[in-house]
Amino acid sequence: MRERDRIPKTYTRLTHPLVRDSRDEPFRRASWDEALDRTARGLAAARGSFGMFSCARATNEMNYVAQKFARVVMGTNNVDSCNRTCHAPSVAGLSAAFGSGGGTSSYEEIEHTDVIVMWGSNARFAHPIFFQHALRGVRNGARMYAVDPRRTSTAEWAESWLGLNVGTDIPMAHAVGREIIHAGLANEAFIERATSGFEEYRQLVEPWTLSLAQKVTGVPAAAIRELAHAYARAERAQLCWTLGITEHHNGTDNVRALINLSLLTGHVGRYGSGLQPLRGQNNVQGGGDMGAIPNRLPGFQDILDAGSRLKFESAWDTVIQPHYGLTLTEMFEAMEEGSLRAVYCIGENPAQSEADSEQAVRRMRALDFLVVQDIFLTKTAELADVVLPATAGWAETEGTTTNSERRVQRVRRAVTPPGEAREDIDILCDLATRLGHDWTYADSEAVWNELRSLSPDHHGMTYDRLERLQGIQWPCPSADALEPSYLHGRLWEPDPARRGVRAPFGLVRHDPPVDLTDERYPIRLTTGRRLDSYNTGVQSGSFASPLRRGEYIELCPEDAERHGVVVGEEVRVASRRGSVVAPVWIDLALRPGLAFMTMHFPDEVDTNQLTIEANCPIAGTAEFKASAIRIEKLPAVTYVR
Amino acid sequence: MTAIPLGVPRRLVEFTLDGQEARVPEGSTVLDACRAAGKDVPTLCQGDTLTPKNACRVCVVEVEGSRTLVPACSRRAEPGMEVRTDTERARHSRKVVLELLASSVDLSTTPGAAEWIRDYGAEPDRFGPGAARLDEVPRVDNDLYVRDYDKCILCYKCVDACGEQWQNSFAISVVGRGFDARIAVERDAPLTDSACVYCGNCVEVCPTGALSFKSEFDMRAAGTWDESAQTETTTVCAYCGVGCNLTLHVQDNEIVKVTSPHDNPVTHGNLCIKGRFGYQHVQNRG
Ligand code: SF4
Ligand code: SF4
Ligand code: FES
Repeated sequence: MRERDRIPKTYTRLTHPLVRDSRDEPFRRASWDEALDRTARGLAAARGSFGMFSCARATNEMNYVAQKFARVVMGTNNVDSCNRTCHAPSVAGLSAAFGSGGGTSSYEEIEHTDVIVMWGSNARFAHPIFFQHALRGVRNGARMYAVDPRRTSTAEWAESWLGLNVGTDIPMAHAVGREIIHAGLANEAFIERATSGFEEYRQLVEPWTLSLAQKVTGVPAAAIRELAHAYARAERAQLCWTLGITEHHNGTDNVRALINLSLLTGHVGRYGSGLQPLRGQNNVQGGGDMGAIPNRLPGFQDILDAGSRLKFESAWDTVIQPHYGLTLTEMFEAMEEGSLRAVYCIGENPAQSEADSEQAVRRMRALDFLVVQDIFLTKTAELADVVLPATAGWAETEGTTTNSERRVQRVRRAVTPPGEAREDIDILCDLATRLGHDWTYADSEAVWNELRSLSPDHHGMTYDRLERLQGIQWPCPSADALEPSYLHGRLWEPDPARRGVRAPFGLVRHDPPVDLTDERYPIRLTTGRRLDSYNTGVQSGSFASPLRRGEYIELCPEDAERHGVVVGEEVRVASRRGSVVAPVWIDLALRPGLAFMTMHFPDEVDTNQLTIEANCPIAGTAEFKASAIRIEKLPAVTYVR
Repeated sequence: MTAIPLGVPRRLVEFTLDGQEARVPEGSTVLDACRAAGKDVPTLCQGDTLTPKNACRVCVVEVEGSRTLVPACSRRAEPGMEVRTDTERARHSRKVVLELLASSVDLSTTPGAAEWIRDYGAEPDRFGPGAARLDEVPRVDNDLYVRDYDKCILCYKCVDACGEQWQNSFAISVVGRGFDARIAVERDAPLTDSACVYCGNCVEVCPTGALSFKSEFDMRAAGTWDESAQTETTTVCAYCGVGCNLTLHVQDNEIVKVTSPHDNPVTHGNLCIKGRFGYQHVQNRG
């Protein structure tokens, strides 16, 4: 075994602005004035071909100001963030069904439910404290089902593990739906009163018998049947999912397929019954709520709605483009075509987080102007013309973030930022001023109050109240009342007028992964997280985790034996896009033909060289969960001692 | 909107506390009532996020009609109960408990211990220097937290926090019986060979400092730990969408440890390894 560098690269904080006069030169230290002037010039030249990458890890206030900057200063709706690479399908799916993209339940509800379905979610590792709530539910008597290609440590707590083949979630969901209908367990009263499209749905799932589903998903018919009956018979049930559902070329369809099950059984809109997409970044929920997405204004108000536009136009004294902007994915495509020439990237690291990362870097290199605002000189920042040092959102900044149960909570400044680093809002406002808009906010609370005046869902959340109640879940229209902890209770109203729009069944079809396995690429690679690390490792790499052992390609014992490889041995992992060298690890959670890697150590093993940029056409999320790979044994290395 | 469930209505229980009328919501413990009334009853094994274990008996009070002294931390208030918190008998019992503990365990980092020993006139030295001590060196087998069982009072809080009450990792257990009973990780393994996932939730509940953050341990050893110079600011973890509340303890502009508010609806005082220990990157200042 060759020795590898097991110590992740640690980044040191940016303490002053950096600029360079041409891309071939190294960065040099600059004053804030010079850096901001350069940025203002770069952006001014790019009106009409500009994109803003906002940050799903920064505060609501910063996301609000960033989208306002794109819309008002740059006149475009091209604003998006990395939610595109994770939960955009959840937002798209939930809003198509219910008109709102938030998870429908609170954490507390899972402690008082009867059945918990964890679908494509290793919550024990990826959302550990949420999983504590789920375990309280289990201790209170709830039955848990784990639907996941891997037998994860989440699955160890389940009554039953349904180890489906990667990318067969729709066949599984449809078979569950069909079984519920055939067993007479569908909630007919709810379907009739609160949903639409049931007849078409019934026909759609009719071919998905348990035996066909067994063939396609690889899960025994009896196990699918048991899940269907348990879910449908439960008085209350929670359906939770994460990226195992969304990071597919048809992620939104997957989400719709799961939502269908809740519509079929009435497991939504009641305490203890709901849908819970667990967010991967601290403020994925809030970033979208604040309008840092191309199709919504703050408060999740549709850009195509003239009334909403008018409200913001008069508040901001501007004209808002009456069409959707580009998603992050589309912005990358527009870079390729040359129609997007400048990017303002705040706190994101697409050079390492995008699928097919080499392509992403090539596209960003081709930009006329790239400004990166971050706390480190990331791989993305290395490509920039100007780098602006920011404060850490959660420890050096005042503001709020919104978690997966829609709870808006205060983040606070606890330490003084290093050197000349400045708060994101402050930098954005300074730039806006340079570009002819006089923006001054006294503090983050002033930004928040502006948002509150424009977003009915947030209206009742003053900073005072957020502090006093340890966070408030939206919607919160009134400053002296609280709404229920779950969404869509309206669906249960007897009065049709109050019940509102029906929730449509999603008529989605099975579509296997784009990157098919064959003799040349016989193994299915899926990706995910480890407990102690986070995304591209830029932040989590800095603490001395005893659990960390660097990046491996994880195989099941049978596959390792078939390839004649042992733990620690380095192999070449090749996909149709690229190849990396990684050591082998044996994991009993895997089955023959299934391998696992993470994105946590891109400087060591750049997993995204392997992944495919096959995007969900609705949400733009790439199929990180399903690449076809092969394992090549490397020639033996002889050490001379 | 549908009706908002209000939960089961709670009634008030009326009883007397040191001769005065006390009213607490049904289900409250005597300790809850004492604290609400501003009475200082010492506690060690009681944990506000844990089921009472009744292990240390330092919280005892007298209840009219009860033959034995009653642990305030676990006895629920009942209507008509007559509780006396500061009787000779209760004070004597607490004094002996403190003497026994302080003679066999290092309580130097137990908040409140020194004051209680003084207030109750406890004399730990009266058992002589031979009183049983483990006399072992602190176990430093990883970079995140340290175990110093010389300070352990066997309150089992860490066992409960690691076990079925919160974390469900079951890395910590009790081995041995009676005088030999002690806390161990998988029959005395280093943490790094155990099921430990380094959430630090055991450290959060340990009342004595037997479990402590390595950062704090090192600073104490170097003599630089100074709680009076620290600020505590509660913010939100940035590592996933769960939204755990972190209380950052900051000294000289450095985060020196992270805890979580126990009454927080998201965390109940618990965190995972990333929230608890993953703060170093912000202070990599080159
Ligand atoms: S280590 Fe701490 S929490 Fe655990 S039993 Fe000992 S004193 Fe109690
Ligand atoms: S402490 Fe762990 S579970 Fe909680 S928000 Fe941070 S990463 Fe997520
Ligand atoms: S605090 Fe009540 S028995 Fe220990």
